[in-house]
Amino acid sequence: MTDIVMPQMGESIVEGTLTKWLKKPGDRVERDEPLFEISTDKVDSEIPAPASGVLSEVLVEEGATVSINTVVGRISEAGVAAAAAPASAPAPAPVAAPAPVAAAAPAPVAAPAPVEAASPSEVSGPISPLVRRMARENNVELANVQGTGAGGRITKQDMESFLGSRGASPPVSTAVATTQSMPPLARTEPAKTRVEPMSTMRQKIAEHMIFSQRTSAHVTTVHKVDMTRIAKLRSRIKDDFQNRYGFGLTYLSFVACATAEALHSFPLLNASIEGANIIHHRDINLGIAVALDGGHGLIVPVIKNADEKNVAGLQRSIVDLAARSRSKQLKPDEVQGGTFSITNFGSFGSIFATPVINQPQVAILGVGALEKVPVVVDDAIAIRSVAHIALTFDHRLIDGALADQFCQKVKSILENWSDQVI
Amino acid sequence: MRNLEVRDVGRVRFSEGYALQRDLVSRRKQGLIPDQLLLLEHPHVVTIGRNGHRENLLASEEILQRSGIELHATDRGGDVTYHGPGQLVGYPILDLKDWKRDVVAYVRALEQVLIDTLASFGIQGARLDGCTGVWVGPAKIAAIGVHLSRWVTSHGFALNIDTDLNYFNYIVPCGLTKPVTSLLDQGCHASRAQVAAALLEHFANHFQFESVQESCTMETIA
Repeated sequence: MTDIVMPQMGESIVEGTLTKWLKKPGDRVERDEPLFEISTDKVDSEIPAPASGVLSEVLVEEGATVSINTVVGRISEAGVAAAAAPASAPAPAPVAAPAPVAAAAPAPVAAPAPVEAASPSEVSGPISPLVRRMARENNVELANVQGTGAGGRITKQDMESFLGSRGASPPVSTAVATTQSMPPLARTEPAKTRVEPMSTMRQKIAEHMIFSQRTSAHVTTVHKVDMTRIAKLRSRIKDDFQNRYGFGLTYLSFVACATAEALHSFPLLNASIEGANIIHHRDINLGIAVALDGGHGLIVPVIKNADEKNVAGLQRSIVDLAARSRSKQLKPDEVQGGTFSITNFGSFGSIFATPVINQPQVAILGVGALEKVPVVVDDAIAIRSVAHIALTFDHRLIDGALADQFCQKVKSILENWSDQVI
Repeated sequence: MRNLEVRDVGRVRFSEGYALQRDLVSRRKQGLIPDQLLLLEHPHVVTIGRNGHRENLLASEEILQRSGIELHATDRGGDVTYHGPGQLVGYPILDLKDWKRDVVAYVRALEQVLIDTLASFGIQGARLDGCTGVWVGPAKIAAIGVHLSRWVTSHGFALNIDTDLNYFNYIVPCGLTKPVTSLLDQGCHASRAQVAAALLEHFANHFQFESVQESCTMETIA
């Protein structure tokens, strides 16, 4: 027998109110499983069970206030538990619950019923609710599990090692369950739509996109860039680069470097609009659009003073910001203050796209996929590595001629890249 | 060294904030993350604590629904409360095993953080015996309700900055028939950002955090 006492939740606390028992007398409890709740001064606390066994006695009713160290109940040990278990007979209850669900729901839900019904008679010793649940969720026949607990009882560890050894092989009972639930499935009309509220991030993205479309006069211009020199340079040095810096070298860093340089030549592309004013920015802060894993949105972290970094420095920033975007570890100021953005849809195979401006900026450069294509050079056909760059600009401020001059500048920097510089 | 990670996630629905909180609590219990302070704001919602009494809800669920106010039962301590725009809601997720192991000391510390924050804006907040929360004269300016599981805290406090106080007419806040107030009501025009910054400073002081890291989550996206 283990006494369950009202715990002391702080130095000055002499009593507590037992607000709720989470287990009923006769229920099996595992050590450290939440057993009851107490309330002290607007704090609700879950109190874990001091031992495993069966909750044999409840001495303090819900709502009663008792002083600390008062015995509120007792847990009897495993040996006694074996005798107590049949009385509580928890097995039928879970079976009853899934049954009506099975009639309306698709196949897998029906699975627990046959497994559950068969198990108690074939397994020696009581089964804890936790083990029962694990068996149900994983479609395990409890009779197949070797118990190592007192009296051959199946413990949580037994279940875990059983599930581990079963590995990825499909649950045995799935086939049975599927055939059994076919008839109900046939007469139930499955829903044709599913309603899901947007996440906060999705709502923000939606708002921002529409806001941008409404605000700017979007025009996109596309230029072809011969990336052959850079492709050769990259393939020559990429292993050394990886060894030296610990991360890979991508085309995006070259484009970012060329863009920062071109923004120096055409600073209006680095401006923003506020009402009827043009805001010129001294710093060149490049936003890099990062797609979050699993299609859960996008975020545009910013490389501050990108024009002061070389390709290696930019690559380091890109790798770092992308990784921390995905792990949600960005600091707020790392996504603010961007003056121009780059989006790399080429990494997903797109040739070119028409990106939406990241307000209040006035342009965004999209980088398309790099492809080897036959091109005419000096009246001969040559194989070159070509990418398309697409600049979406705000025609309120940027005229087409300026946008194209800017693109030509980016193109010229990339096409004439020195073999020596990264 | 004790670290605090602060996540200001802006306005999120109660259920969404609750899910985020539960996730952080579970990761905190496993020791995967340091102590957390989640700052947020909820759209109109009335929540009922574990010891709550539905009779302290003055409007029917139907009226609440028509007024665009959600209703949620939660596992925090305390009775009925209202959350809405203009409120700074904080969910500290702290492992009290690293700090005093004392729930009452924890609640008193939360009150002190709020009192000191108010003092930064020239408002004299105080405790009221037997009524957890922070008060300005007879009126309540901040509510507290906490849940504890294996010494890890969740839920927390709600401070009225420029909340529309009429919404409190739908409930008897915390079961007490006392007036409510806000910073604005007290003549202070501080912004949420200013109040949050002051609160963060006092919070880090009182709970003796040596480093505070601000993590951006979903709020500051492009």
